[in-house]
Order: sequence, then C-alpha cells, then structure tokens
Amino acid sequence: MGVPLDQILIQTINGVVTGMILALVASGLTLIFGIMDVVNFAHGELFMLGAYVGVLTLAVTGNFWLALIAASLLIALLGAAIYLVTLRPLIGRDSLTTILATFGVSLVLQNYALWQFGPVSRKISEPIVGHFTLFYLDYPWYRVVIALLSGAIIGGFWLFLKYGTVGIWIRATTQDRVMAQAMGIPVPWVLTIVFGIGSAMAAISGVLFGPFGGVDPTMGLNWILRAFIVVVVGGMGSLGGSIAAAILISLLEAYASLWVSPSQAVIVSFVVLIVTLLFRPTGLFVATPK
Amino acid sequence: MNAIADEVPATVAVAQLAAPLLKLDGVHTYYGKSHILHGVSLQVGHGEVVGLLGRNGVGKSTTMKAITGIVHPSAGDVLFDGQSIGHLPSHRIARLGIGYVPEDRRIFPLLTVVENLRVGLDRHGVTKARKAELMDKVYTYFPRLAERRSQSGGTLSGGEQQMLAIARAMMLEPKIILLDEPTEGLMPRMVSQIREIIDVLHREAVAVLLVEQNVPLTLDACTRIYFIEKGEVRHHALASDLQVNDPVIHQYLGV
Amino acid sequence: MTRRHGVLFWAGFAIVVALLFVAPLVLPPFWRRFVTEILIWGLLAMSSDILIGYTGMISFGHSAFFGVGMYGAAAALLTSNPPNLWLALAYGLILAALVAAFVAYFATRLRDIYFAITTLIFSQIFYVIIFTSTAWTGGENGLTFDQPKLGFGETLSVYFTPTTLHWFVLFVVVASYLLLRRITQSPFGMVLQSIRENEPRTRAIGYPVERYKIVAVMLSGLFAGLAGVLYAIQNQFAAPDFVFFLVSGETVIYNVIGGIGTLAGPIVGAAFFLLLREGLSRFLTEYYLIPLGVIFIAMVILLPQGLLGFARRWLNQ
Repeated sequence: MGVPLDQILIQTINGVVTGMILALVASGLTLIFGIMDVVNFAHGELFMLGAYVGVLTLAVTGNFWLALIAASLLIALLGAAIYLVTLRPLIGRDSLTTILATFGVSLVLQNYALWQFGPVSRKISEPIVGHFTLFYLDYPWYRVVIALLSGAIIGGFWLFLKYGTVGIWIRATTQDRVMAQAMGIPVPWVLTIVFGIGSAMAAISGVLFGPFGGVDPTMGLNWILRAFIVVVVGGMGSLGGSIAAAILISLLEAYASLWVSPSQAVIVSFVVLIVTLLFRPTGLFVATPK
Repeated sequence: MNAIADEVPATVAVAQLAAPLLKLDGVHTYYGKSHILHGVSLQVGHGEVVGLLGRNGVGKSTTMKAITGIVHPSAGDVLFDGQSIGHLPSHRIARLGIGYVPEDRRIFPLLTVVENLRVGLDRHGVTKARKAELMDKVYTYFPRLAERRSQSGGTLSGGEQQMLAIARAMMLEPKIILLDEPTEGLMPRMVSQIREIIDVLHREAVAVLLVEQNVPLTLDACTRIYFIEKGEVRHHALASDLQVNDPVIHQYLGV
Repeated sequence: MTRRHGVLFWAGFAIVVALLFVAPLVLPPFWRRFVTEILIWGLLAMSSDILIGYTGMISFGHSAFFGVGMYGAAAALLTSNPPNLWLALAYGLILAALVAAFVAYFATRLRDIYFAITTLIFSQIFYVIIFTSTAWTGGENGLTFDQPKLGFGETLSVYFTPTTLHWFVLFVVVASYLLLRRITQSPFGMVLQSIRENEPRTRAIGYPVERYKIVAVMLSGLFAGLAGVLYAIQNQFAAPDFVFFLVSGETVIYNVIGGIGTLAGPIVGAAFFLLLREGLSRFLTEYYLIPLGVIFIAMVILLPQGLLGFARRWLNQ
C-alpha cells in the first residue's frame, strides 16, 4: 500500500499544526493541575468561549489580532472569576470535589453558549490569505502562521515562567506552597493568576483553531478529551511533556487519517493513552517515574 | 537589663520585656481534634537571640508555625511589634519582617540558588541597587552559594541547603529569623558555621528564635532559653545560669 | 444501627416501596413512564455510588457500562426469536462484566484524578467504537427492537404492560438495592469504606487494595449494565448517545445531589434532578441545564453531603 510522499508530508505538517494548538490547550490544563492539583473540566468550554469572543470581535473590528487579544483578556477574567467563586471556597477539600465543581461549570458554560449563540456553527475567517506550493499541492499559509503563533506563545510563556518575577512565584508555589507563602509570595493571588493564564491559553487556542473548523458550542468537548489524554501521556504538571505528547498524538492521528476516517483516527490517541498507562503511567516524557 | 522572673514550676514564668519584638500570649493550636499547643507564652526582644529547647514532639515546630501563620492559633495571640498577627496569612506575616527557616530546610528544589534567593528579594519598594547589595552581602557571607548560584536547589548538599534556607530568609530583610533545628543532620564543621551565622545575624541586629536539640550550641548562642514540654512553656532561664549537664536540661531534654 | 433507627428505616422503606408500587395505577401515562425511568436512572446512579461513595473512586465511565448493557440486551432481543427477556439480561450483564473487567484492570492502579480521567476517556473510547461500528451497532441511529415478554418459554409468558413493566423494574431495583445494601454493610463493604477513608493505611494493614477495587468496579459495572438492560427493555431502543460521557457526568450529579455513600441517595438525586429538569424545561425549554448546573455547583460547595446526607443530619439532631 504505497502512500504518496506528498500525502505523508502534508499530514506531517497538519499533525504539527494541530499539535501546536493542542499543546497550547494542554499547557493551560497542565499548568493549572501542576500548581493547584485541580483538573479543570471546564477548560474545553473556555476554549470554546474564547473562539466565540474571537468571532464577535472579528465581526466588530475585522481584525484577527484584536480578536486574539480580546479573547485572552476576557476569558482570563472569566477564568479568574470562576476560580474565585467555585474553587477558592473548596481549598482544603479533597481533589475529587474540585473535579465535580469544574464539571458543573463546564455544563453551565456549554449550555450558556448554546443559549446565547445557538447550535449553528460560525466561522472565523483566516487571518492570512493565500497558499504556498508544496510539491504540486497548495498549502494554506494561515495554518503555518497559526502553528508559529502557538509556538511563540508557548515559548513566551516558558520565558515568563523562567525569568519573570511572577513566573518564579508560580514555580515556587508549585514546588512548595506552604514555604512559598512563608517567603512572602501572595499565594492566593498567584493561584488566581494561574487560573486566569490557563484560561487565556485555552481561549487563544480557540481563536487560533477557529479558521480550521467551525465554532460551535460543542467544540470544547472534543478538545478537552484530547487535552486530557495529552496531559496524562505527557505527564501531569509537565509543560515540556504536554508539548511533546500533543505533537506526537496529533502526528499519529494525522497519519492515521490517511487510512481511516477522522472520527476513527481518534482511536489512535486512545491507544497511545492505554500504552502509556500500561508501561509508563506517570507520563511518557517524564524522566524518572516518581 | 530587664526584670526576669525565675523558675516557677507549675505556671509559666516569662521574661517581661519592656517592648518585645515578638510576643506569644497563651497560644493554643489544634491539629484536627488533637490539642497541640496548650497556651504557649514567650517573648523575644529586638536583636535578642533566644532559644527554645525541648524533646521531639513537644510542640517546638508548631510554635514556629503558629508565629509564621502556617497554623493559626485557636486561642491566645501572637504579637509582632505590638501588632496582632495571629489571624494573618503567612505571606503578610513574612512581609512584616518574620523570616522562617523550617526544619528540613525546604528550599525550592527545582529553582536555582539565585531563583531561591529571588523569591524573598522581589518585593515592593526594594530598589535594584538594594537588591544587588543584598545579593552581594549574601554571597560574602555564604561563598559556597556564590559558587553554586546557577545550580538547582535540589542538587546541593545538606549543609549548603541549610545555608540557602537561611540566606533566603535573610533576603526578606527580616527583623527576626526563626531557625528550626538548623544543625539537624549536619557535620560538626557545619554546626560551627551555623554558630557563626547566628553571630552575623546578631551583628545585623536581627533577632533570632532558635529551636534546637543541640544544647551546647544553644547555650552558647542564646542569651535566654525557654523550655517547652507537652505544648507549654514550662521553664525559663538565662543561658549564663545554665550548664550543659544542668538538671534542668536533663529534665526537659533527657530521655 | 440502633433498634429505633432500624425500625424507622424499614418503615420508611416499606412506605416508599408501597408508594412506588401503587404509582402506575394512579398516574397518567406520561408520569407513569417517568417514574419507571427515574427508577432505572436511579439504579445506574446507585451502581456508581459503590465506587464514588463507598470506595472513594470517582468514575466518569458509567455510561460505558450502561451503554454496553443496553446494546447487549439489544443484541439478544434482535437475535432471539421470540425476543427473550432472560437472554437479554444475560447478554447485557456478561458484556457489562467484561467491560468492567477491562476498565478495572487499567484503572484501579491509578490515583483518584487519573482514575477519573481514565474512566472518562474509556467511556469515550466505547462511544467512538459503538458510533463507528455501524454494521454491528447501527452507528449513529442506534438499534430498535421488540420488547420481550415476561415469563418462561412461549406458553408461560405475557406481554408487558406499562404497569407490569414498572413493577418488574421496581422489583429489580428494590432487589438490587437490598443486595447492595447487604454487600456494603458486610466486611467487604467495610474494607471498601476503609479504602475511601485512608487507602495507604488500609494497604499497610495488609488488605490487597487493588483486588478490592477491582471487585468494586465489577460490582458497580454489573449493576450499571443491569440498568442499561432495563432501559433497553423499556424503550426498545439503543443509541450511542447513552454512552457519551455526559451521561456519566449526569450520573455523578445524581450521586452528589442525593448524597454519596448512602445507596438510596443517588436514587433520590436522580428523582430530584429529573423532576427539576422536567419542571424547568417547561419554562426554559432546552436551557434548563444552566440553572441546574448552577444548583449543582452550589450543592458541591455548600451541601457536599447531598440531600439525603443533609436530611440525615437534620433528623439526628
């Protein structure tokens, strides 16, 4: 069964592109989990609402970049609000309670979107028009741009974590919350900010993904599942692991779609998950199992 | 200097200082249903080096946690510079000027030495110049840390981690530093280094509350000593009045 | 339980069962079906209480067991002629047991959060498999089939009426409740609760925690599958929608609302939720989940012991 080389190449690029977006989504999720042990079930809905903010901003201003900024700011605020109202009161309770709370939030947000925007899919138009030729096929520029943007955002975030004051606070809080607070780090504020940042990352991903498929209230469901798989495969709390896992899984799914339908290609990610759970449950890309 | 009440066996006898920097007044704490501290009272004056001696599990570390806000008193109060801090969150207490060096050091293992120090350094109202000054000072006092500045905290030896934990607390420019068993698990050479550091702190007019099980070090470094047993301060004495083989020492620290 | 409590409990139990028995005779057709459905969803929720309330493992995968039970029954009812009730039960339960064994093998070694996520993903795996295996499962459209008769063989059976079906479901649910109650109050059940309270300590005492967890998952899965079989019989319909993880989510909601660790609580929770949904949807059409979701969140934060737990506390003062 000879698959033409250009098909493989196209799928490689596709895989990397969706992988970058998935990495951005998963980074937010793993960040939130790493610092506060919270599995944010509502993450997919923040992704979806970000996409809708993008749609609305585009409709008003016609500017893709403004849409990105608006989505990240508004959803960051929403995320912070969600944290303060539903998660802060639960500090000290067992972690399963927080799963229930964020699950409730995801239900509310999803149905809110359904109510507010209706089930019909909307479109975010491509930020950059035009194709370039790859072999004898046209590949749209915007996909490459979006992949680069995702990468840039992740890179920027990594730099912020490594060198920024608040970045160091976040890392210290993740490693030893009690001592971080005893050293003067305003931990409650840090936790709120982290949830906001994670939400913003989800929102930006939503806008970036907009041109690929439609924007509808259920788009979050698909992504949250994949994001969970990525986070478990990459190692919960590991930023690098999430990125590597996201690209791996997206590539494998892209290749699989050469042979099977897209809805079946998703089984690939399930297989990767099962393999990880069997052999390296702490994460494929985590150096030493804890 | 101050009027000091001598030992009164049944009730707490606490030195009455004119205007103590840190004062604990009948502090009670609970851990779930367990009553840990049964009314701890003690005082530390400005620039004083005070010791807290007792066996394992009597509440020494809990006393430190009650001061730093990691545990909140359910009764009684903690006063710092006259201000009641018992209900404040830890980060506010730290910024008021209380430095904490816990048992087990607990430096941030995945942060480098510099990043560990920056945690206490990046505060409001500290100029860049002042930050550079503080870093220099720390590197002068702890040359080992200067050498290892880009290494992550988890790769340092036990003694180096202890240095880092103390240096990190110093970055807060505190008025008092709480040292919880700093010599535990250290080699004798390092113990004398700890002794020197306490001197440095004293010279810098930083008060020290030293919790220890190492009696000679405590008697040498401190001016006053509290003895704690079963969650209460039971005895108080001047270090100069005590010797290593004193019966009092045996009573509160003996097996 | 003190004697007084015991008497009170059985009295209350008898009253509730009597009411449920009489219900189909007095209610209009819509509500008659509604009550039967409450019982079925209640059974599903009760099955997940074994894991959530007693063993301390939150499972988002119960839709898989439910769906598999449903499809198993469908397979039996489509392939047997005339459609055989006992075969439907057998197929459904066996399939559910197999799936439960599969899930148990992977999931029981995992810490709580990983377990929750993994069960979620597994239920989605089954969803995708069922959805895409159109030849076997009818894919998106699901399967329809005839209702079996109640009885043995051709001669000793009668068709179900909505009332007798209700009684059949009631019988199964009550029997399940009593059985599960017995199990949770047995030494086995005590170990499960000890695992929930403090897993490391239970392990340190010497209990093979993994094995207990596996049995708990299988037990839970079996009863969930049973609920699926009942649903298939009542509605003569099997669809992938029921395997979607949101169904698991709703099950968890019933548990939390009703009160975890009480067995009866989840049934109460299901009743509460479904009635509220029915009521709200008359005013708010499809968006009833918004206020319902808010109520749910509020309960998680403010009333974590659920309605039944709260009632218990209130009665005890």
